[in-house]
Amino acid sequence: MQNIANLIVLSSLYSLIGCGYVFIYRSSRILNLAHGEFMALGGYFLFTISINLFSAPVPSFILSFIFSTLLGFVVYYILMRYMAGESIFAAVLVTIALGILLRGIITLTWTSQLWYPLKYLDIQNISHQIIKGAVISTFGIVKIGSAIFIYLAIFLCLKFTKWGQRMRAVGEKPLLASQRGIELHKYYALSWGISAFTGGLAGMIQACDSGLDPGMSVVGLKTFPVVLVGGLDSFIGVIPGAFTVALAEIITINYISPQASDVAPFFVLLLMLLIRPWGLFGVKEELERV
Amino acid sequence: MSFTSLHFKKSYKEELFFIENRTQWLLLGVLILGLIFFPFFSTPFLLDLANQVFLALIGAIALMMLTGYAGQISLGHAGLIAAGAFTTAILFKEIRAPFWITLPASGLVGGILGFIFGLPSLRLKGLYLALSTLSLHFIVNYIGAEYETQRGFATGVVIEPPVLFSIIIEDPRAWYFLLLFFDVILIIFLINLLRSRTGRAWMAVRDRDIAAEALGIKLSSYKLSAFVTSSTITSIGGCLFAYYRGFVSAEAYSLFLTIEYIAMIIIGGIGSILGTIFGTIFVVLLPYVIEIMTKIFHFSPRITTFMFSINHIIFGLIMIIFLVFEPQGLVGIWSRIKNYFILWPFKYKISGIE
Repeated sequence: MQNIANLIVLSSLYSLIGCGYVFIYRSSRILNLAHGEFMALGGYFLFTISINLFSAPVPSFILSFIFSTLLGFVVYYILMRYMAGESIFAAVLVTIALGILLRGIITLTWTSQLWYPLKYLDIQNISHQIIKGAVISTFGIVKIGSAIFIYLAIFLCLKFTKWGQRMRAVGEKPLLASQRGIELHKYYALSWGISAFTGGLAGMIQACDSGLDPGMSVVGLKTFPVVLVGGLDSFIGVIPGAFTVALAEIITINYISPQASDVAPFFVLLLMLLIRPWGLFGVKEELERV
Repeated sequence: MSFTSLHFKKSYKEELFFIENRTQWLLLGVLILGLIFFPFFSTPFLLDLANQVFLALIGAIALMMLTGYAGQISLGHAGLIAAGAFTTAILFKEIRAPFWITLPASGLVGGILGFIFGLPSLRLKGLYLALSTLSLHFIVNYIGAEYETQRGFATGVVIEPPVLFSIIIEDPRAWYFLLLFFDVILIIFLINLLRSRTGRAWMAVRDRDIAAEALGIKLSSYKLSAFVTSSTITSIGGCLFAYYRGFVSAEAYSLFLTIEYIAMIIIGGIGSILGTIFGTIFVVLLPYVIEIMTKIFHFSPRITTFMFSINHIIFGLIMIIFLVFEPQGLVGIWSRIKNYFILWPFKYKISGIE
């Protein structure tokens, strides 16, 4: 039972992180390799705010949400905007460079020590016994809840709101969308903002659950397989993708070795690339085939 | 990238010459003399720097071959270097294999890995390939770390200096000439390869794969050959890396190393051998330059504890600046300066030159 509970918690964390990749990929076909750093920065924002400003959880969370979203906008407007029209390879390299830059800033500002932002907030991370033999921490439940909430919100927004429709249009055919009067830059920036927000949210919850150090960005890297298994351009696909990767990881922890669990997602990735490279729910035509 | 040159070719035979005019002969002669006499007049510190540049150059040229000329993206370069280093370490520890066995064995392992992880490139291109090579990095590093823990070398494997023709290569000067030899061979190999059928096919694949296929270039075999050649060379570089450091540990081959190699070819200028050399020198020397700068400007001594993060920041910034403002890299700047002097006193651009 405990394994099943862990599986659900881990896969909701992965789907939270993964939807950030999909947002940016869908709108601009760029894979944001700095997403792990966005995530870590979200955690650090929460940490700094909870130390210096508020110790009440609600305002500090809201303020860190705002900062995370702003981070995405700022990155788009001062950096990624100039990569529009360049090759995708160059844009991805810029995100790699950005990742290194942000990691440097993180270790410079907060050192590479392990921090616990929860100590400064008025919440306890207690273990709950839900069913017999399965224990979930408070923030484990928060992970599941926010993953469900975020996915519902994304689905409803993209389907029914005006900007959601425009965003889909921009992702599908930028040229046509811009000719219909949609401001491309605005919607690209919006996708970066939302992506940074979801990444930051995942980072904050993860930081509350198990502490905060620069190594968190590796969790972001481990989410690539998740997104790829589901299909890079599919929100729905992230959920089964997250489930598959989390399952592979938990099986390796239990039956092979804990160290091997760090590479298990990449084995899944490799298998997926060989069998069905466009992912479970991805659009086949999207793939640049040879 | 096109250079303006005062030299005009008058026959087809001249197209084949490496060196076109007397000035180039002169420069080459100076370069050769400089490289030969450098180790006898330099301090040990400078010699070590030169060796590091030579070591990194092997990997950088291999990456340039793959990314700059064949147009395939790799994020697994550190993994391939680790593969070479660990092959060397394992062979050395288990059967005490000499240098002339570990070197080809590393190359072989690299080639096999390149083949396996290049397989997805037959069906895919672009970002997907980067992800497949990224998984190569993590898998190789895991296997290496697992070997270390299983055999009880928790902190890393110590390797003795190599013996070549009964000479122990331990002295930095001996290393200098060995690495210089490898680099020169590699550069001449690459220049010739690029003029051959294979090299031209790679460039055609890079520029437009559909057009290349229409011309009768078999995409799958040329892509795979680019992968295998590049990985073999990279792993050989990893083997030399292991011997030079005398120490192999999985922590040394982090993702940052891959990014450093990518930075070398970007900063130098993608698609140019001269650019690779510039970029390698730049990236290898950068941390030392930063260190010297902080000493000159007398920042507080506390700054040394932050050296690592400052390196990361400056590194990221420089990469971004080059990608956004000067995608042709250092070699682009170099050719512009050169053109300026050749065209002087005129300023107009020759058509076709950016």
